[in-house]
Amino acid sequence: MSDSLEPQKLESEKLEVAHSDINSVEYREVDQPGPGSLAQQSKGFWVTFRAMFKKNLTVQYPDVKAPTEERFHGRHQLNRHPDGLEKCIGCELCAWACPADAIYVEGGNNTPENQVSPGERHGAVYQINYLRCIFCGLCVEACPTRALTMTNEYELADKSREKLIFEKEDLLAPLRAGMLMPPHPMYPGMDENNYYRGEVTESHPSQKTDSQAAPVQTGDTRS
Amino acid sequence: MTTAELLGQDPGWLIVVKALIVFVICVVSTLMAVWTERRVLAKMQLRVGPNRVGPAGLLQSLSDGVKLALKEDIIPAAADKIVFIIAPIIAAAMCFMSFAVIPMTGAVTLFGQKTAMQLTDLPVGVLYILAVTSIGVYGVVLAGWSSGSTYPLLGGLRSSAQVISYEIAMGLSLVAVFIYASSMSTSDIVNAQHENIWNVIVLFPSFVIYVISMVGETNRAPFDLAEAEGELVGGFHTEYSSLKFALFFLAEYVNIIAVSALAATLFLGGYHAPPGLGFTEAWLGGWFTIIWFFLKVNLFFFIFMWLRASLPRMRYDQFMKFGWKVLIPVSLLWILVVATLRVIQQEGASRIVTLSFAVGIVLIVLAITSVFEKSKEKSRAPQPVGEAPDFPIPSLPGVTSLNASRQISTGDDHE
Repeated sequence: MSDSLEPQKLESEKLEVAHSDINSVEYREVDQPGPGSLAQQSKGFWVTFRAMFKKNLTVQYPDVKAPTEERFHGRHQLNRHPDGLEKCIGCELCAWACPADAIYVEGGNNTPENQVSPGERHGAVYQINYLRCIFCGLCVEACPTRALTMTNEYELADKSREKLIFEKEDLLAPLRAGMLMPPHPMYPGMDENNYYRGEVTESHPSQKTDSQAAPVQTGDTRS
Repeated sequence: MTTAELLGQDPGWLIVVKALIVFVICVVSTLMAVWTERRVLAKMQLRVGPNRVGPAGLLQSLSDGVKLALKEDIIPAAADKIVFIIAPIIAAAMCFMSFAVIPMTGAVTLFGQKTAMQLTDLPVGVLYILAVTSIGVYGVVLAGWSSGSTYPLLGGLRSSAQVISYEIAMGLSLVAVFIYASSMSTSDIVNAQHENIWNVIVLFPSFVIYVISMVGETNRAPFDLAEAEGELVGGFHTEYSSLKFALFFLAEYVNIIAVSALAATLFLGGYHAPPGLGFTEAWLGGWFTIIWFFLKVNLFFFIFMWLRASLPRMRYDQFMKFGWKVLIPVSLLWILVVATLRVIQQEGASRIVTLSFAVGIVLIVLAITSVFEKSKEKSRAPQPVGEAPDFPIPSLPGVTSLNASRQISTGDDHE
């Protein structure tokens, strides 16, 4: 730095300092409460000591299974109409609604020989990948036929990825009293609209096909 | 016969047997300590803790140990291989060594030999413990350095700084014990307490300083900065796995038991029964004293657990400030007082003189602290209300709210 420049710079610095003197910056001291007394500080020890004699909150899980909340989001279920036909129509709305891309659906045509659900279409392939599923329930909201709902079952752990892709057979609801295993014809005199309105309440003897050798046991108490 | 003379008669085979017993006691009590800690900590947090392996989960730490031993032993490519292997061995071995001079029973009969459950009795026993635990720090530092990784290095450095700082306070707190017992031998200190009164009563400030610094010395919560999980992953042992990690684990717990045992020996009368229960010392041919000893050790171990359950980790600067600016000056002053009192007593002054001296010191300390408190309060007195800052601040006690400060600031703009 040259000598001629120095006084000039000092002048400008002085001017600046006059305007913003670092020592005259106004600030305000806040009256903080400060540390508490020793008695106050040692309260925590009493808390931990007393906790030793309290009842603990642990649930001995594998031995004791605490019931979930009523509307807990667990494993999905594909429901049936009261006569046993599947509610799923293979529309893929659940797959489109899924934010985690966990659902894969392939629709299939219902034929007179292969009537799986009322109407024209049924879900031929239905897979939910439980490694991807986030249990948000958007698929349930998207389902137009109330085919897809959720159960309270939460024990969804397994040893391989393949086992955690649930197929249609794993997800279908069990046959209840009065239900017949599809495929079988629709209730006589009813179309899919009657089904959706809930006007079909049981299976009709004429729905039994030749392939169903034995009648469905009515002793199934899951109602 | 003094303990040193008693131990001097030990034949060679008995020394080997006792060394083995000390080793087994250390390992088994580590297993028990881990289990106890997990259970007690769980109780303090309204949990159950390990309860599935063996009765009440007692074998949990054993199975954990087996699991550790069977794990893959990884030596990082960047590690200094030799030092990396030696470090955990140093750490563990030194902790075991410090147990050698701890007297666990009075005179007992072991395999037909009259002896005491103490491996050896050095005239400078406590000094030996301090020295050995200091060498144990090498294990930590070398582990941190040889890992060839940043976090272990930071953890190792923190740990060494911490242990060195708190060892000064610890050593100073022990000086008062040496002065009162006129000896540095652990068994002599125990006997001196038995003849007079437990050191925890006469040397209470020393006791408090020792208990604080022993927590700092063992890197335990709230002073567990060396292995602060949230900051340093695992500290100095981040890169360790398998048996080498198990050695560090073992070292930590043996160290805790060792400092607890030293605390019991120096301040709580060692293996002797509490006053009024002296008749129990004759039970089981003197072996009952080992129960008193371990009761006292467990008392300290409980303090360790209780601290861990109750307190958050300290900040590093607070921790260092506390060690250097509080513990060390206080223990220096306390040594001064103890030494003066001791000299006055030895010069044959009457009890009244000694007592009045002690009372005088207490008064002086009270006066000084009250002056300090007053000046503190003055500095904490509410400041005259000035201009509120020209930026939004959350409302605090004594500060006008956000809106009010805005109003003032707009007023400033018009000037």
